[in-house]
Amino acid sequence: MEIPGILSIAIFLPFISAVIVAVFLTGKTARGFAVIASALELVVTGYIFIAHRQNGYDFSEKITSWFPESFPVQYFLSVDGISAPLILLTGLLGIVAIFASWNITERTKEHFMWLLLLQGAVIGVFTSMDFLLFFLFWELELIPMFFLISIWGTGRKEYSAMKFLIFTILGSAFMLIGILVIFAGTGTFDMTKISESLPSSNLIMPVGLLFLFMSIGFAVKLPVFPLHTWLPDAHTDAPTAASVMLAGVLLKMGGYGLLRVSAGMFPDQLEKYAWVLALLGVINIIYGAAITIRQTDLKRLIAYSSVSHMGFVLLGLSAFGGGITSLALTGAALQMFTHGTITGLLFLTIGFIYERTHTRHIPDLGGLARRMPVFTVSLVVAGLASLGLPGTSGFVSEVTIFLGAFPAFKLATIIAAFGLVLTAAYILWMIQRSMFGPERERFEQIGDATAVQVIPIALLITSIIGIGIYPAFVSDVFTEGITQMLNMTGTN
Amino acid sequence: MNYADIILIAPEISMALLASIIIIVDLFSSNKKLLAPLSLIGLLAPLCFCIMVRDNPSIGFNGTVKVDDFSVFFKYVIILATGLVILSSTTYAKRFDKHQGEYYSLILLSATGMMLLTSAIELITIYIALELTALPTAALAAFIREKKSAESGVKFLILSAVSSAVLLYGMVLIYGFTGTTYLSEIGTVIANHLSTSGQVTDNGILLFSVILITAGFGFKISAVPFQMWAPDVYEGAPTPITGFLSVASKAAGFAIILRILYTVFENETLSSDWASMMAVLSAISMSVGNLIAIKQNNIKRMLAYSTIAQAGYIMVGLAAMAGNTTLNTSGPVGILVYLAGYTFTNLAAFAVITAVSEDSGDDSIDSFAGLIKKSPTLAVIMTVSMISLIGIPPTIGFMAKIYLFGAAVETNLTWLAIVGVVNSVVSAYYYLRIVKTMFIDSPDETHKIHPSLGVLSASVIAISGTVFFGFFPKPIIELARDAINTLIG
Repeated sequence: MEIPGILSIAIFLPFISAVIVAVFLTGKTARGFAVIASALELVVTGYIFIAHRQNGYDFSEKITSWFPESFPVQYFLSVDGISAPLILLTGLLGIVAIFASWNITERTKEHFMWLLLLQGAVIGVFTSMDFLLFFLFWELELIPMFFLISIWGTGRKEYSAMKFLIFTILGSAFMLIGILVIFAGTGTFDMTKISESLPSSNLIMPVGLLFLFMSIGFAVKLPVFPLHTWLPDAHTDAPTAASVMLAGVLLKMGGYGLLRVSAGMFPDQLEKYAWVLALLGVINIIYGAAITIRQTDLKRLIAYSSVSHMGFVLLGLSAFGGGITSLALTGAALQMFTHGTITGLLFLTIGFIYERTHTRHIPDLGGLARRMPVFTVSLVVAGLASLGLPGTSGFVSEVTIFLGAFPAFKLATIIAAFGLVLTAAYILWMIQRSMFGPERERFEQIGDATAVQVIPIALLITSIIGIGIYPAFVSDVFTEGITQMLNMTGTN
Repeated sequence: MNYADIILIAPEISMALLASIIIIVDLFSSNKKLLAPLSLIGLLAPLCFCIMVRDNPSIGFNGTVKVDDFSVFFKYVIILATGLVILSSTTYAKRFDKHQGEYYSLILLSATGMMLLTSAIELITIYIALELTALPTAALAAFIREKKSAESGVKFLILSAVSSAVLLYGMVLIYGFTGTTYLSEIGTVIANHLSTSGQVTDNGILLFSVILITAGFGFKISAVPFQMWAPDVYEGAPTPITGFLSVASKAAGFAIILRILYTVFENETLSSDWASMMAVLSAISMSVGNLIAIKQNNIKRMLAYSTIAQAGYIMVGLAAMAGNTTLNTSGPVGILVYLAGYTFTNLAAFAVITAVSEDSGDDSIDSFAGLIKKSPTLAVIMTVSMISLIGIPPTIGFMAKIYLFGAAVETNLTWLAIVGVVNSVVSAYYYLRIVKTMFIDSPDETHKIHPSLGVLSASVIAISGTVFFGFFPKPIIELARDAINTLIG
C-alpha cells in the first residue's frame, strides 16, 4: 500500500517531536519521548525502504505553489534506489543515537531536541528532489550539529564545532553558487529535469568550473583530502551520539551528493576528471590509514579511519564511464551504507567504554575484555567488518568497488587494496591494545553494558552481519537506482 | 493642493499628527505610561491610510509626490519598524523620565520623513524629506545625554549635513544639465540627449552626479566608504534607536536610491557604469563590514559593522539591476525582500539586546554569557536572529539571500555572488560567537531575566516574522514584485 505523504511524515515527525521535547518535556520524559519518536521514525523509514524495494513506490510529493513562478522552488520530495537505503540508514542511526545519549544528564532535553532536528534535516536532504529544498535541508543540519558538539563535547569542543561549521558552510557556499548558475541556465530547480536540460542549456560559467563548485561542497562533507581536516577534530570532540550521526549519516550526504549531482548531472565532467577522483581516493585511503595507525585516542583513530574508508567511495566513483560503472557505483553506495553501520557501532561502543573508563587514550586501556564482554564482542565485530572480513558487510562493499574500478584504474585499485592491509593492522592493533592484554587494577570496578545499551549494539550488529550474509537486500535497491540514473544520463 | 493631494499623503500627515498628539498628551498628562500604547494604537492610522492609498496609485502636489505599490511597500516596512521600535522602547524610555513624550514623537517624526522620502519624485521634495528624516534621528541619538550618546548625536548631525551637501551638489549638477527637478522629466531629458548626440563624453557630468548622489545616499545606507559614522553612532545611541537606524533609515535610503536609479539613470550606457560601481562598493562593504565585525567586543558596535556588511549584500541587488542590457527585475525584488526580512531579523536582535543591556547595564558581548539559563526565550530568539543574519534556513535571511545572489548570477555577476557567499561564511564566525556565548559560557552570576512585556512582544513578533516568512516567503516576494513592477511600468 502506498501511503501518501509518508516522506513529509518522515521529515516532520522528528521536527515536531523536537518541538514537543523542547517545549513540554524535561529530563527522563524527554528521553522516553525521544525513544518513542525515533522508534516510530525507524518504522516509517523502514516502511519507505521496504515499499520502495518491493513495489518501486517513489512516494512523490510536489507542491509547486510554494514560491512565485518566477522563482520556481518546489516542495518536491521523492525516493529512488539511491536514496531509499540512506533514508533507512538515517532512521536506524537516529534511534541508535538516542540510545547512545541515554546517560546524558546535562541539559537533557536540549540534547534530544537537537538530535531529532538533525535527523529530520538529514532525511530532508535524502528525499528532496528540488535543488533549493535540498540545499535548505543541507544547511539546516549544521546548527544542530554545531550545538551538539559545542555543548556536550569534550576537549577543544568549541574550536571543533566552529571548524566543522566553517568548513561545511564554505563548501556549501560554492554549492549554492553552482545551484544558482544551474538555475540561471536551465530555469528550473527540479533535480529530475536538470540532468536532461543541463547539456543543452546556456551556462554563464564553464561547465567544468560548475562541476568543481558543486563537487567542493560534497567533497568537504565526505571528506576528500585535503578538505578533511575538520573531521578528526569534530569526531573526536563530539559527544557519542553526535559522532555516530556525523560518521554514520552526515558524511554520506557528501557521497550522496557526489552520486546524485556530480555523477547524475555532470556525467561527462565526471568521466573527464575520473582520474582526479581515483588519485584523491587513493590518497584518502592510504594517507588516512597511515595516519590512523599512529593515533592513540580511540575516537580520533576511528575518525581517521573514516577518511580512509570514504576514499573507497571516491575510488568507486572514479570508475564512472571507464570501469564496470554500475557495479562500481553500487559498491560506492553500499560502502556508504555499510560504513554508516560499522563506524556507527565503533563510535557507539567506544563512547560506552569511555563512559566507564573516562579515558580514550589507548595506552591507558587494556585488559577490558573480561570486564566488558559485550563491548568487546561489539568492538570486535565492528572492527572485523571495518577491515573487510568476509561474512560482514564491509567485505561486500569493498570487493564490489575493487571489481568495478579495476578495469578503469588498475594501479589505483591495487594500491588501494593495500589500504586493507593497513586497516587490518590498525584495527587489530587497536582492539588488542585496548581490550586484551593483562587486566588493570583500576578497571576492577568497571561493569559491562546495561540492558539499554545492548539494544543499539544489537541493532547495528544485526545489520552488519545481515548485510554481510545477504547483501542483495540493500545492494539490489542501489543497483536499481544507479541503473536508472545511468540510463537517464546515457552512460552505461 | 486639493483634497486628493491630501489623501495621497494621508499616511504621512497622520503620522505627523500622531507625533503632535503625543507631545500634547505628554504636556498635559503626568501618566507617561500612556505614551507608548497611544503611539502604537496611533500607528494604525497611517497603516490604514497606506492600505487605502495603495488601491489608488496616483501623483499629486504638482507632480512632486507619487504613491504607488513601491512606496507603499516601503511605508509598510517603515511603519512595522517604527511599531517594533516603540514596543521595545517601553521600559527603556522610562530612564528619560520627563522627556518620554519627545522621545516617541521624534521617532514618529523621523518615520514621517522616511515615508515621505519613499514617495518623493522631485529633487527638492526628496531633499526636504531627507532632512526631516535626519534631524530627529540626530536628536534621538543624543537622547541619553551622556558623553557617548552626545558624541553619537553630534557625529550623526555633522556627517549627515556633509552628506546632504554632497547630495545637493549632485542634484544641482543634474538640474544644471537638464533644467528640471522632476525625476521623470530628468529621465526623459537624459534619454533624449543620449539618443540624439550619442556622445559618451557628456556622460562625465552625469556620471559625476550619480557618484555624488550615491555618496549622499551611501551615508544613509552606511555603505563603505561612507560608513565611518555608523559604529560610533550605533554604540552611543539608545539601543532601540540603534535598531531603528539600522533598518528603517536603511530601507528609506534604498527606496530613494532605487527610485532615482530607475527613473533617472536607467539609460543603458549609464546603467552599466553605475552597476559596476555598485558591484565594487557592494563587494567592499561586505568584506570590510564582516572583517571588522569579527574583532568587536561591544555588541552594538558589532552589529554596526554587521549592518555595513548587510548593506553590501543588499547592494548586490543594485549591481544586478543592470548587468544585462535590459534592466533586470529580480535584483530589485531581492532588495525589497531582503529589506523586509532584515527589518524583522535585526529588530528581534535589538529587542533582545535592549532587554539584556537593561539587566546587565552594559553592551558587551560578555553580558550575554549563559543567557540560555537566564532567559531561554531571549536566547532562542537571539539565536534565530543570528541564524537569519548569517543566512541559514529556515529563516527569511536565507530566502532573501538566495534571491539576491540568484539575481547576481542571472545577470552574469557570478563573482559578486561568490564574494557574497564567502562573506556569509566569514559572518557566521562572529554571529555564532554570540550564540556560543549565550549557550555555553557560564555567567558570573545566574539570575533570571524577566524581560518586560513590551520588549518581549516586540522580539516575539519580529522573530515570528523571521521564521514564518522563512518558510513561506511568497507573500513578501509577491508584494515586492508588484512594487518593482509599478516602479518600472
